[in-house]
Amino acid sequence: MIALQMNGKSLKVKPGMTVLEAAQSAGVKIPTLCHHEGILPYGACRLCTVEITDAGRTTLQASCCYPAKEGLQVRTDTEAVVEGRQLLFQLLLARCSEYPAIRELAAEWGVMDTPFSPKGENCVLCGLCVRACALLMGAEAIAFSGRGTSRKVTTPFRFPSEECRACGACTFLCPTGAIQMEAEMVERLRNRYGPERQCRYTLMGLVSGKVCPNNYNCAQCTFDQTMELRFGMHPAFAVGAAKALAAAASPTR
Amino acid sequence: MSAPSPITSAKDLERWKEEGLRSLAPNTAKVSVGMATCGLATGAQAVFDVLTEELSKASSQAILAKTSCIGFCQMEPIVEVYRPGEPRVLYKEMTAEKARELAADILGGKVNKKEALCTLDGFPEAKAGKTISGIPRMEDLPFYQKQKKIVLNRCGRIFPDSLAEYIASGGYFTLWQVLNNRSPDQIIAEIDLSGLRGRGGAGFPTGRKWRFARDAQGDPKYIICNADEGDPGAYMDRSVLEGDPFAILEGMAIGAYAIGASQGFIYVRDEYPLAIEKLETAVAQARSHGLLGKNIMGKGLSFDLRLIRGGGAFVCGEETALIASLEGRPGEPRQRPPFPAEKGLWGKPTVINNVETWANVPWILSQGADSFRKLGTQTSKGSKVFSIVGKINNTGLIEVPMGLKLRDIIYDIGGGIPDDKKFKAIQTGGPSGGCIPEKLLDLPVDYESLTQAGAIMGSGGMIVMDEDTCMVDVARYFLDFLKEESCGKCSPCREGIDRALEILERICQGKGRTGDIETLESIGKMMKGFSLCALGTTAPNPVLSTIRYFRDEYEAHIRDHKCPAKVCRELIRYSISAKNCNGCGACVKPCPQEAISGAKKKVHTLDQSLCIKCGMCYEVCKFDAIERE
Repeated sequence: MIALQMNGKSLKVKPGMTVLEAAQSAGVKIPTLCHHEGILPYGACRLCTVEITDAGRTTLQASCCYPAKEGLQVRTDTEAVVEGRQLLFQLLLARCSEYPAIRELAAEWGVMDTPFSPKGENCVLCGLCVRACALLMGAEAIAFSGRGTSRKVTTPFRFPSEECRACGACTFLCPTGAIQMEAEMVERLRNRYGPERQCRYTLMGLVSGKVCPNNYNCAQCTFDQTMELRFGMHPAFAVGAAKALAAAASPTR
Repeated sequence: MSAPSPITSAKDLERWKEEGLRSLAPNTAKVSVGMATCGLATGAQAVFDVLTEELSKASSQAILAKTSCIGFCQMEPIVEVYRPGEPRVLYKEMTAEKARELAADILGGKVNKKEALCTLDGFPEAKAGKTISGIPRMEDLPFYQKQKKIVLNRCGRIFPDSLAEYIASGGYFTLWQVLNNRSPDQIIAEIDLSGLRGRGGAGFPTGRKWRFARDAQGDPKYIICNADEGDPGAYMDRSVLEGDPFAILEGMAIGAYAIGASQGFIYVRDEYPLAIEKLETAVAQARSHGLLGKNIMGKGLSFDLRLIRGGGAFVCGEETALIASLEGRPGEPRQRPPFPAEKGLWGKPTVINNVETWANVPWILSQGADSFRKLGTQTSKGSKVFSIVGKINNTGLIEVPMGLKLRDIIYDIGGGIPDDKKFKAIQTGGPSGGCIPEKLLDLPVDYESLTQAGAIMGSGGMIVMDEDTCMVDVARYFLDFLKEESCGKCSPCREGIDRALEILERICQGKGRTGDIETLESIGKMMKGFSLCALGTTAPNPVLSTIRYFRDEYEAHIRDHKCPAKVCRELIRYSISAKNCNGCGACVKPCPQEAISGAKKKVHTLDQSLCIKCGMCYEVCKFDAIERE
């Protein structure tokens, strides 16, 4: 176990944890936006910034990326942290002023309003969708394009992506609802047959076999139904459990 | 040139050295034209062509050679004339016509004192002594007097493509010595002792970085030369690459031996075609002579280099973004730790150093850490290359000992401000550096002092500004640059720069609000602490430093709607003074808006509703009749 100080209190955590995980294990709240426990940390939203004293040097660091180390002194409540966080919330609020998820998160941390003019963007550029698509699904159907303020999440060259399996992981994770499944496009993907029609469970390695006994009609697939009912979430985030389930239930294909 | 055979002994090196010395100081006249980018931009090619033509006409034995930038870019194109037994003479500001006369002088054995810039010592051995009366010696020119050349030592003195001339001036002897007599640990200890710090700007101790990478687990290990120099107005790395490419290769080979790396990369920006050409030539020669590749100098070291061209993103100068770009991913930084020395290129231990850092390595190991330590201040050792540009008389590339005062750089080396204007500020460290005012000109140039003053060392760009510069406009300009170049990954940098720029644009338009300065300060403070990479943490520097030293200018813009330097268009007004206008009509034609009218020899009038404040009339009026307020 690793011993560190969290807001002045001693804390013991497992090796390999990040400072954010250490704080969460101790019930210390830190806001996050681009973080998801199922995906590798990214450090883009910077809301989780805390003050860390490591080997005598005190700096502001994103807690989601900083490894918990013996002897660290972490403070989540210093003036620099609180003021910076408030301003960052104001900037993000101004970017996505219409979205309840962002408003609620900001309100939770005491930021109700922003002095900056609204930008009316729907995407907060947390990158959860892009990372889920690449790292969890291995599809890389969407990515960032552009630089700086023109940064956007999009498909290559903005054409409808052939790589997309309509798995819905991006929609499931998006905090603002900027990514939506278009019924028409989902239909188009589902209408692809044979080797072209990619089953999301096959791709995740949850089921074997290439030919679907349900003729790729997902509504008739018990496995598909079970998964959603069982986890109440996108199966991508329950891969371990789903694999066990798949083995036990020996699904219809 | 000798046939391509590997150099594997001290004897081989000596043979190359002799050949190099013969071409550096031949027994016939030699004319060298400075043909780096700065020379070419001012017409060195035409000068070279004329000299080729003229010198081949006569049955002279004069040799014509190309060299690189000797630093005094203001005086380019520069031509060096060598005659056996005579002092070398540098001729300044050559043109095709002057070159024709010069060729005649050379053939006639004459020295044209009027066009001469200075005489200079022999190279590589400095044989001082002989001078020519009426021509100053290089060491006596104010521009060179306070300089100390380590990295730029060979720049402008050798033909960059010539391995022989590089060896003749001491090159590759260090690698030979090191491979024969020193262990990797001894090398790292020597670099550590020298106090060399990263010349890319952050100033991390090089020896310590090498030690981390040597001790890190992982195989293979990589080394990278960061030549993605992107700061506007900065060209230190370009000049070194164009003038002394072998020094980088030698420095990297030594580094590879010390760290245990087998593969190196030079990440050079594609906007430097000449530097790339010189590097390619140097790498090819080094490879064919056993100075790169397997079994270097017959001593068992295997190390090869690849050149990678950057795609032009400023952020790719940041080490983790550069590594991402090398790996073929979008050039976006990632969170450190882990540092590249632990997990870098493809997850392997990687040392990434700037061009200038690598170029310092052979010198330190040949002259010893103590000679390097003697230069500089308590915490910043050695010398540093700067490019001084902007409102300065002597634009150029200089190398000075650390700790020299800014005042010395501006007034002694730089020769002061043109047109008797008043100095206002100097910006160090590129777009994310800070502006240092007059009152701090006695600041010694070292990493800590500059940081304390709200600027940074950066890679060495220095932009001098005179009284006609509006500091709010300067902050706006640099933020505009950074807005384009921020990768957009982390929200403090992306949103922060955008909002700060929005406020600055508002202030420049006279629409600033009370509280804007404080908002800028809090955005800057947040960005410094919260941003992911150094681009974001240093981006507020131009804003914060101008607020710190020129707050009154911000206030004048916001409160009085006035731009004291008369730069911000929305805040100035042109008018014609009835007292001074003699009706010459010179201003009528240049006005793109046809806003000026009046009969000949009668006082003219300016229609304010048409005026776009371009300032054309102000520029052309010889009678001070156009007033700007």
